[in-house]
Parts: sequence; C-alpha cells; structure tokens
Amino acid sequence: MSNGDALVEVRDLVKHFPISKGIVIKHNIGSVRAVDGVSFEVKSGETLGLVGETGCGKSTTARLITRLLDATAGEVLFEGRDITNLRGAELKATRREMQMIFQDPYSSLNPRKTVGSIIADPFVIHGLEKGPGQRKKRVQELMDRVGLNPEHYNRYPHEFSGGQRQRIGVARALALRPKLIIADEPVSALDVSIQAQILNLLRELQREFGLTMIFIAHDLAVVRHMCDRVAVMYLGKIVELAPSDSLYSLPRHRYTGALLSAVPVADPEVRTRERKLLSGDVPSPANPPSGCRFHPRCRNAGDICSREEPQLTEMGNGTIAACHFPISDEEVTSILPTAHETA
Amino acid sequence: MSSEQPAGTLLSVENLSVQFPTPDGIVHAVDGISYSLDAGGTLGIVGESGSGKTVAALTLIGLTRTQGATVTGRIMFNGRDLLTASKTELRHVRGDDIAMIFQDPLSSLHPQFRVGSQLIEAMRIHRPITKSAARARATELLDLVGIPDPKRRVDQYPHEFSGGMRQRAMIAMALSNEPKILVADEPTTALDVTVQAQILALLERLRSELGMAIIMITHDLGVVAQIADHIAVMYAGRIVEAADARRLFSAPQHPYTWGLLRSIPSLEGPRGVELVPIPGRPPSLIRRPSGCHFHPRCAYALPSHAAIDPPLVDAGAPGHMVACLLDAAQREAAWAELRAGGAPEQARIAAGIEDDAVEPTEVAG
Repeated sequence: MSNGDALVEVRDLVKHFPISKGIVIKHNIGSVRAVDGVSFEVKSGETLGLVGETGCGKSTTARLITRLLDATAGEVLFEGRDITNLRGAELKATRREMQMIFQDPYSSLNPRKTVGSIIADPFVIHGLEKGPGQRKKRVQELMDRVGLNPEHYNRYPHEFSGGQRQRIGVARALALRPKLIIADEPVSALDVSIQAQILNLLRELQREFGLTMIFIAHDLAVVRHMCDRVAVMYLGKIVELAPSDSLYSLPRHRYTGALLSAVPVADPEVRTRERKLLSGDVPSPANPPSGCRFHPRCRNAGDICSREEPQLTEMGNGTIAACHFPISDEEVTSILPTAHETA
Repeated sequence: MSSEQPAGTLLSVENLSVQFPTPDGIVHAVDGISYSLDAGGTLGIVGESGSGKTVAALTLIGLTRTQGATVTGRIMFNGRDLLTASKTELRHVRGDDIAMIFQDPLSSLHPQFRVGSQLIEAMRIHRPITKSAARARATELLDLVGIPDPKRRVDQYPHEFSGGMRQRAMIAMALSNEPKILVADEPTTALDVTVQAQILALLERLRSELGMAIIMITHDLGVVAQIADHIAVMYAGRIVEAADARRLFSAPQHPYTWGLLRSIPSLEGPRGVELVPIPGRPPSLIRRPSGCHFHPRCAYALPSHAAIDPPLVDAGAPGHMVACLLDAAQREAAWAELRAGGAPEQARIAAGIEDDAVEPTEVAG
C-alpha cells in the first residue's frame, strides 16, 4: 500500500510465561514459550497479517507490541524509538498512538457504562477535549463515522447487536486518532453478512486516516482480503513472511501449504481434489520439538529437520521462509485447492 | 408433501413450525420448513445466528419439548411421526437412531468423568451390554475416530484432550449406537482450520463407511460446499432456497444466498475486490418484517414485496426451490451481473427492476 518507513519494528521478541508448582513455596518448573524470537517490521500505512493456529503466539505478540505484556527479551521499536521498557507518562503517551480492537464485542465493553462514556474513555484517560460538550460532540462524530446512530449515545452495550458492538469497539480505538491499530480477530465472532460490513469499514477507515494495521485472524481468506503482507506463526516463531499475493499463490513453508490446503473452499467443484491433511495437534509450547518445530507433523521432514532449526531465508517474490525443504513451484498445484486458477 | 415416504428417504420433515411464547411476544423460531434426507446423504443447513437452524435440529430429537415450545407439522422417521412419539419412544430414537454433536465439545463432555465412562454410559442406556464389552467398544470407537493411543486415552478426562480430540470423542459417542442420522450443529466452528479439515474428512469417511446420513448445520459456506450433497439456506425461520450443492453455488436464485456468497472473501481471484455485505442485520423473530421477510435488506425489493409473502416454488432444476418474488429471468440476469463482479445496483439494472424500487433500509449491523 505504501513504502513508508517502518512504524513498528520488532526484534528478537521473546515472551516466556513461567509454569510454577507448589502453593506456599512456589518454584518454576519450566516455561511456556509463547513467543520465541520473533522479528518483523510494519511499514507505515500497510496492513500486516498474523496468522496461525491457536497457541501460536499471535495474540501474545500483539500484547507485547502494545505493552499490555512485558517482554522477556528483545525489543519493540515504535517510530524508531525503543518502547520495550518505557514506564509512566512516556508509556501513556506512546499508547495514545496505538489502539486495539478485540475479538469478543460482548466482553470487551463494560456493560454498566453507556456507549457514549465507553467511547469517551480515551479522552478522559488522556485529558483531551475538555471543553463543555466537546467530548460528546467528538463521540457523536465518531459514532456517525463508524455507522452508529449518534442518538444512541446514552444506550448501554446490551442494547446493541454483535456487529454494532464491534463498531463501538472500532469507534473507541479511533478516538485518539492513533497511528497503529491492532485488530485481534475482529470479525471471528460475527455472522457472515456482518463480517463483511466490519471488514469494509476497517478498510475505509484505514484509507481515510492513513492507519497502519496489524490484523490477527485465523481465517486465511479474511487475512488475504485485508493484508498487504502476512506473517505465518507456528509455536512462537515466524515460519514464513511474504506479500499476500506471493503467500497465497506460492507458499514456501510446508506449514503454510498445509494451512492453505485445509481451508474449506466455498465451491463444491473443488471438493474432489485430494487435500493434504495435517495430522495431529500443535505440540505444547512448553516443550517444543527440536530442530524445526513443525517437523513432527510435516510429511516432507528429513533427518536434518529434527536436528537443525531452519533459518528464515529469502525465497524470491519477497518471501522469507524457514524451511529445509520448501515447496517448489511445481508442487504448488497439488497442495492448494484453488491453485489451478491462481498459480 | 404426502405421508408416504419415497423409497430411500430416511427422514422427512413436513411443514415444521416451532414457536416459543415469551413475555415480549411469540418467537417464530422455525416457520413451516420441509425437507427430506436420504439414507447415507448429507444435507447442509446454512444460516446466520437466529435463522432457526439449531432450533429445527433440536426439535428433530424432541429437545425443544421441555422448553414450552409449540411445535406443529410432522417429522416422519421410520414410518413414525416423531412429534407424536411418546417420551419413551423418543428416548430410544435419540442417541440410538439419531445422534447429535454440538459446537463446543468441552461443554458437551462432563469434566468429572473419564471420556471412556461417558462413552460406556451412552451405550449402556440403549442396549444390554456388559461393562467390559462396552469398554472394549469404547476403545474401538476412539480408534475409529482417529484418536491416537485409544487404550490410554479411554481412561483420561476431557481436559486432557485437545479441542480437536474432544470433538472426535463427541463423534465417537454419537457413533456408539450406530445411528442412522448424525446431526452436527456447527461441529467445527470452535476449531482451527487444520483440525476442522480433519473433522470434516472424518465425517465424510464415516458417512461412506457406515452409510450414516448427516445433517450439517453451519454458517460457513465453505464447510457445506465441502461436505453436503444438498443445501438448504435458512433466513428468519424459513428455508428461502434449497438445491443440490453444485447448483446452489453455480446458479443461486435467492438474493440472500447471493449476499452470503458475495460477503465472504475468497482465497482465489484478484485481491482487493470489495466485499458486498448484506446491509442491516437479521430481523427479530418476534416482529418479523411484513411480506418477504428479507425485503428490508434486499437490494432488489419492490414496494409490493413488503406485502406479498413469497412461497417456496420450483426454481428451474430438479430439487431446486426458492422463495423469491422476482421472476426467473430477473434472477438470472441479476446473478449473471453479480457473478461477473457487478455491484447490486448494476445487478438491479441488469434485471430490469424499475427505479421506484424501495431502497434497502440502511441499518448499521
């Protein structure tokens, strides 16, 4: 979308959650390696997608960037400035620039506050728009912008449908005119017809306000629709990072290929193709497999895969992937159910 | 439909309506739906939340009886009407002939009992079988649904299972009495896409190996496209379109079906194509819109559509039915335009719908 400078840069980010044992005297017996050495950058104005299965660390990465969690190691740079260890007023000022939209529009809004005061909260927290009636005016402008009726200012969240609640969440995130929006599964709790409304709204707002977005979702088609570049995560690591067009037509990592081939295509005609199913479940991030973390589930794993961890390397078309036996151009058609039309 | 079931038809639902009285008024959850299911066939029921798809399925096995629902119509299974069956008869059908699996496998399994004992209980309710024989069968079933190391797993608790394995355990329980019909209500919605693909492949395998018919209830058009032979689209408690799976995706006839198909992003084709959402949101089932229930959200509605309630009529192919007030030529022209990437306004012009057509009421979802 734009070739601007990096707004966010993440370097070797690590987050380990300790596993403790004992009730009175606690001692650590290990750690869940939720995010284990992740590096990427998000350019100004672009949308970066984070995809992966449950427990791959995508939401933890988002919470590390917004400093809702403290990193175990590594650094987060926002506009070139290291924000990993900011505290107090400095942290508060930085947080003004980045806002989150959450998955569940039911639990992310306080049921005892009116919509007006929910959306005005960011102004209260940061002491903005203090003039008489100014906050109400701004809130009503925001409500109008996201497609809510401004007259519903005094209503409570339970009076709104799921899609409308998600619009409230969007209005709240936009209130401070942030530079970065992190949307964590913003449409997965919504009905199909409503999903499209929210996705279109996010795209419009992004164009209008020049927003940079990190878009987290497990629905690969939604991610393709929304994102310029996509990072695929597996067990706390990025295994492939590529422009959307490359990723969806020429995936390189075996895991990306498996994810794409698992998507049910809304076309009965492609059903007959034999799909390559991944067997088993994601291993525990407390005790990840040696070498390539994907090797126990990979059909193409060789000896080297359990011994040596593959590094992210250039694979052409702007793709970087960490795979000892990447998918070749010829193989793609047998992996992707839709490849006959895109490749 | 006649009371005689054609050969091969396992289940036929005729004009089924389910209403719930509430302090706010009567909820018309299901409003006169009819469908039939062939032995070994797969029927997909697609709809959004509140379209009545789950209530229709629960009613099949009598689970809405205790909730004060008023149920009318007929559910013919094995020459009997399940709606008039006694509690005892229904208990024999439920879990034995017709089994059901739900969206959330964690809340469907009892957390304090071992998976094996829950399977054994399900079997022993329906037939005289010794505990040890049931246990052997439980292990066999876990193996059948692809749970690794079933001898060890049978003694574990649900929390020791992953999400995908819990759903497999639920399927094993549903299969324990070799049902003729498996009703799967959003069985993969809570699962990751890789696990979803495994569960769909498992259901397909069981269908072909055991000859079991499946009713798959989902909001996901991808899922029904992959598994169903026949698809019914529900809106506001009614079936608005029903067709063979291939036909539904290649020549859909109802504007609501078009809306669903155009609002999902695709994995193929050019990126950046705008999605065309359906404006507004699903109606209240207490105060439903007049005439065609879809007219307030329909881009092709005419003023008269607010007064006339369209019946489900033949749509030009065997088994294809649609409830729409547009005529066949208009629908064909509109879909041709939409399919080529046109906006609903262009499709309306292509279909020759006059300009005095009512604008769809723009209500934020």
